[in-house]
Amino acid sequence: MTELLAIVTLGLMFSLFLGLLRILRGPGAGNRMLAAQLIGTTGVAMLLLLSLLLDQYALIDVALILALLAAVAAAAFTGQQRESGHD
Amino acid sequence: MTDILASLLIMAGLFFFMAGSIGLLRFPDLYSRLHALTKADNLGLGLLIIGLALHLRDPLIALKLLLIWLAVLAAGATSAHLIARHARRREKHV
Amino acid sequence: MNATMLLIFDALLLASIIGLAWAALASADARRSVILFIAFGLLLAVAWGRLLAPDVALAEAAIGAGLTGALLLAALQWQPRKTADTTNSEQPTHTLLETGFRWLVTLLCAALAGMLAWSLTQIDAGTAKDALANAVAANIDASGVSNPVTAVLLNFRAYDTLLELAVLLTAVLGIFALGPAQAGYRIAGPVFTSLTRWLTPLLILTAGYLLWVGAHAPGGAFQAGATLAAAGVVLRLAGRDQIGLPRGNALRIALGAGVGMFLLVGLALFALGRPFLGYPPAWAGALILLIETAAMLAIAATLVSAFIGGQPTEEKTRC
Repeated sequence: MTELLAIVTLGLMFSLFLGLLRILRGPGAGNRMLAAQLIGTTGVAMLLLLSLLLDQYALIDVALILALLAAVAAAAFTGQQRESGHD
Repeated sequence: MTDILASLLIMAGLFFFMAGSIGLLRFPDLYSRLHALTKADNLGLGLLIIGLALHLRDPLIALKLLLIWLAVLAAGATSAHLIARHARRREKHV
Repeated sequence: MNATMLLIFDALLLASIIGLAWAALASADARRSVILFIAFGLLLAVAWGRLLAPDVALAEAAIGAGLTGALLLAALQWQPRKTADTTNSEQPTHTLLETGFRWLVTLLCAALAGMLAWSLTQIDAGTAKDALANAVAANIDASGVSNPVTAVLLNFRAYDTLLELAVLLTAVLGIFALGPAQAGYRIAGPVFTSLTRWLTPLLILTAGYLLWVGAHAPGGAFQAGATLAAAGVVLRLAGRDQIGLPRGNALRIALGAGVGMFLLVGLALFALGRPFLGYPPAWAGALILLIETAAMLAIAATLVSAFIGGQPTEEKTRC
């Protein structure tokens, strides 16, 4: 089983590498933000697999934090600030 | 028996992650690329999590894994919506 | 077999992190840099996990991947014109001073990297690596907690943590000196609003969990404080005026709570004839939890203050 986990972890890293090409290429901030989102999801999956592979169950908590905060960056990216002064 | 099932699920999860990344790279525009994020990746994570939960056989950890999946699902759907709306507004302005 | 695969994994992870860092620094467009930096933070959290440092991974996940990204994106929105200009001009012109600063930073970074590499060789050569770990392991029973990281941060080297909290307090003074806070965000659409409705309580709950679990597993005040702050950031992004940050004197108490509780406990022990912050072993666990709770509130209030970018204004009606 651990061999399979190692193979899948490596496979996820390759998949993340493909996502990196999109974040570098763009075009535009929207595409990059989307790729960052994908890297976040893949990161969650990698942390879960690593927690078993390395026998570090605390990494599940790290994955939980990443999962809970996954929408924050996109919300900050698209959120519009009010004009200060005259509102 | 359960371990075979778990292995199959985990490998299926990897397949969907790969499909998502290739989609992100190959699809022609932002709106179709959103599918890679909201569908393929979230399904991949779900399969992977079910596989891991089967392998671990610990109900508390399984519950935590389920919570992680639900959080990623909700975050993925929300951010895909936000990014798409943002891009749509940009297009209208230009 | 497994070792080889993890080695390839490490190499790819390292290449991704360095590549993202380089791309973020080399980009002329500030927004692109920030998004690359967010991805960089995500991968860094994975890397800390891979290095068997889940405590740092937790902090990096909460602060690096979550809060810093939101903070930088918010800062970027305050000056949209300037960003547009930098994007349009193909070759940004650097003054002599800027170039000089760049070289200075490069040199300092190189010096730091050299020092770290040198200390790494020293660790491998001597026996210093295990000496510290053994010393912690030998005294962990007296520390009141079973997580060695918490034992070091809150007991054996509590001075360091006290001073770190004082640094945070100073940082808040700097933020307040910027003037009143920004106006905030427009009210978010129904999708994000409904997400915040269950995400916020979940973040607060997770913060409590991390605080509690810190005694015997990775977690603690810093990770919990950052998670609690994320709840405030999410509410702010949803366009709310009330984001759980107290106002007036209550805010001052919350901001000073970490340093205050530390000093209170330390001085009380001093008065009882013990060394400053030298907890009696029977009480250590409870005292550490007390200090960590106060520190969590202070850290969360500090981070939220940083996100709103100034002193919170008194009660104001929405337009």
